Amino acid sequence: MPETWNGYLRPDRRKGVRNLVLVIYTVECAQFVAHAIGAGQPDVHVVGFAGCYDNAYAIRLMLALGRHPNVGAVLAVGLGCEYTQPARLAGAVRKSGRPAEAFFIQDAGGTAKSIAQGQEIVRRLRAEIDQHTPRVPMGLADLSVGCECGGSDGTSGLAGNPVVGAFFDRLVDAGGTAIFEETVEQIGLKNLIVSRAVNPEVAATLARTYDKAERYCHEVRQWSASPGNFAGGLTTIEEKSLGAFAKSGTRPIQGVVKVSEAPAHPGLWLMDSVPDPHFMQFGYTNPNDSEGLMDLISGGCQIILFVTGRGSVIGSPVAPLIKITGNTQTFRRMAEDMDFDASRVLAGECTIPQAGGELLDLVTRTAAGELTKPERLGHREYFITYKHQDTPSLSAGCRG
Amino acid sequence: MKKAFLINPADNVATLLADADVETIEVIGHGLLALREKIPLGHKAALAAIPAGGALIKFGTRIGHATRAIAAGDWVHLHNCASDYDERSNTLDNETGAPTDTTDAYA
Repeated sequence: MPETWNGYLRPDRRKGVRNLVLVIYTVECAQFVAHAIGAGQPDVHVVGFAGCYDNAYAIRLMLALGRHPNVGAVLAVGLGCEYTQPARLAGAVRKSGRPAEAFFIQDAGGTAKSIAQGQEIVRRLRAEIDQHTPRVPMGLADLSVGCECGGSDGTSGLAGNPVVGAFFDRLVDAGGTAIFEETVEQIGLKNLIVSRAVNPEVAATLARTYDKAERYCHEVRQWSASPGNFAGGLTTIEEKSLGAFAKSGTRPIQGVVKVSEAPAHPGLWLMDSVPDPHFMQFGYTNPNDSEGLMDLISGGCQIILFVTGRGSVIGSPVAPLIKITGNTQTFRRMAEDMDFDASRVLAGECTIPQAGGELLDLVTRTAAGELTKPERLGHREYFITYKHQDTPSLSAGCRG
Repeated sequence: MKKAFLINPADNVATLLADADVETIEVIGHGLLALREKIPLGHKAALAAIPAGGALIKFGTRIGHATRAIAAGDWVHLHNCASDYDERSNTLDNETGAPTDTTDAYA
C-alpha cells in the first residue's frame, strides 16, 4: 500500500495525523468541568495535572501535549487557587502559532457556567482549526512512533516486542523516528545497550542512563515488574528486560531524550523517564502504563504502540494507541481491545519481518485516519504525576 | 503435541506456547522434553539440570540464578530461581504473582 497520506500542517511546520482540540486542566478541582467540556466529542481530548502545587516536569509535559503535532488548539481550565497558571499555559501554546484560550472556574461562576463557557470556546477553536489547518502530504519520514510494553508475559519478548523491533527497523530505514523507553526494564543489559550506540559519545550517555536506572531501582527498592508479569511466566527483571529491549529492533541508538523532549533528528532514540536525583525525590518512574505512554507522546510521537501479553484496555489522548499482543489466548479473549495479533509468529504462521511489515501497514492506515480499537471504544486514559527531571533549559527544581 | 519455544541455542530454559500437563512436548528446533509438572503458557521449562546457584540462561543471556537444584522438565519460576538484582520478587505468590509482604497494609 502507498506509504503517504494527508496530514495536518501546524504553524510550527510539524505534521499531525489527527486534528484535535485539547482541554488541559491545572488542578484536580477543575477535572470534572474539563471532562464535561470535552464529553461526547471525539476530537476533543482532555488531560490535566491533579496537584495544587506546581511541578516543572508536569508543566513541561502539558505544554509538550498542547504543542503536539496532533493538536490544533488548546483550552486551559483552572479552578483559580492553584499554582499552575492556565493563562500562562495558553500563552506558551500560542507562541507555537496554535490558537489557545484559558479561564478560571471561580471567575466563570461555577460548574454549569464554566462548562457552557468552555464548550463555547471549544466550538470557536474547532471552527478555527477546521478552516485554517492546511492538509499536506505526509509519509513515514514525517512520522514519530513510540512503543512501550505493559501487562507483559512470556510471549511479549518472543513475539510482541520483536515484531515491533522489525517495524521500528523499517520505520527508521524509511527516514522516520522511533522512540522506546523503560530504562528500568533494561536491568542487567548494560553492555548490550551500550553496544547499540551510534557513536562513543552516545555510548557514554547510554551507560550513564543505565546506571541511573539501576541505582534508582535499588534506592526505591522497586524493580519494574508487576504481579501480572510473574503470573504470566516472567521470573526475573532481567528476563523481562531482555524481552522489553527486543522492541528496539537492530538499528543504532541515536541518543537519549528526556520526557517532553523531541528527538533532534530521525532514527532510533531511547527516552529516559526516570527521575533525576533531587532533594524531594518525587514519584515513581513509571507508576503505571498510562504514565509511560504520556511520556512517549510528549516526545512528539503521533502514534504509539503498546505491547501487552496479558491484555490491557487502556487508550490514550492526543496520539492514537495501537495494542499488540503475542499471546493467542489474550487476542481471542480480548478481541475488541487488541489491534494486532503477533502470536501468529509463535504459531509459525508468519515470520517476524512479515509481521513487522503488517504492523507498518496498520500504522500507515492509522496515520491516514483509520481509528484504532482504543479510539473506537473512546479510551483516553492519562496519568501526569509529580516528578523531577533535569533539563538543559530548565533547572529550577520542582517549581514552574 | 504441545510446543515450547527456544530463543537461543545457549538457553537452558524454553517458553511454553500452550498450557501443558505432565506430558512430553516438542521444543521447536531442539527435540522432545518430558515435563515433570504442569506448566502454563508463557512460563518456562528447564531443558537440562541446573544446580543450585547455577545460571539461568534465556535470550543467550543470564536472567538470574537457581535457588535450588532444578531437573530437566521442571517448571522454572519464583519457587526455584531468583533475580541477581531484585530481592522482592521472591516474596510474591508463585501462581498469581500477588505480593505477600504487604499483608499488614490491608489490616
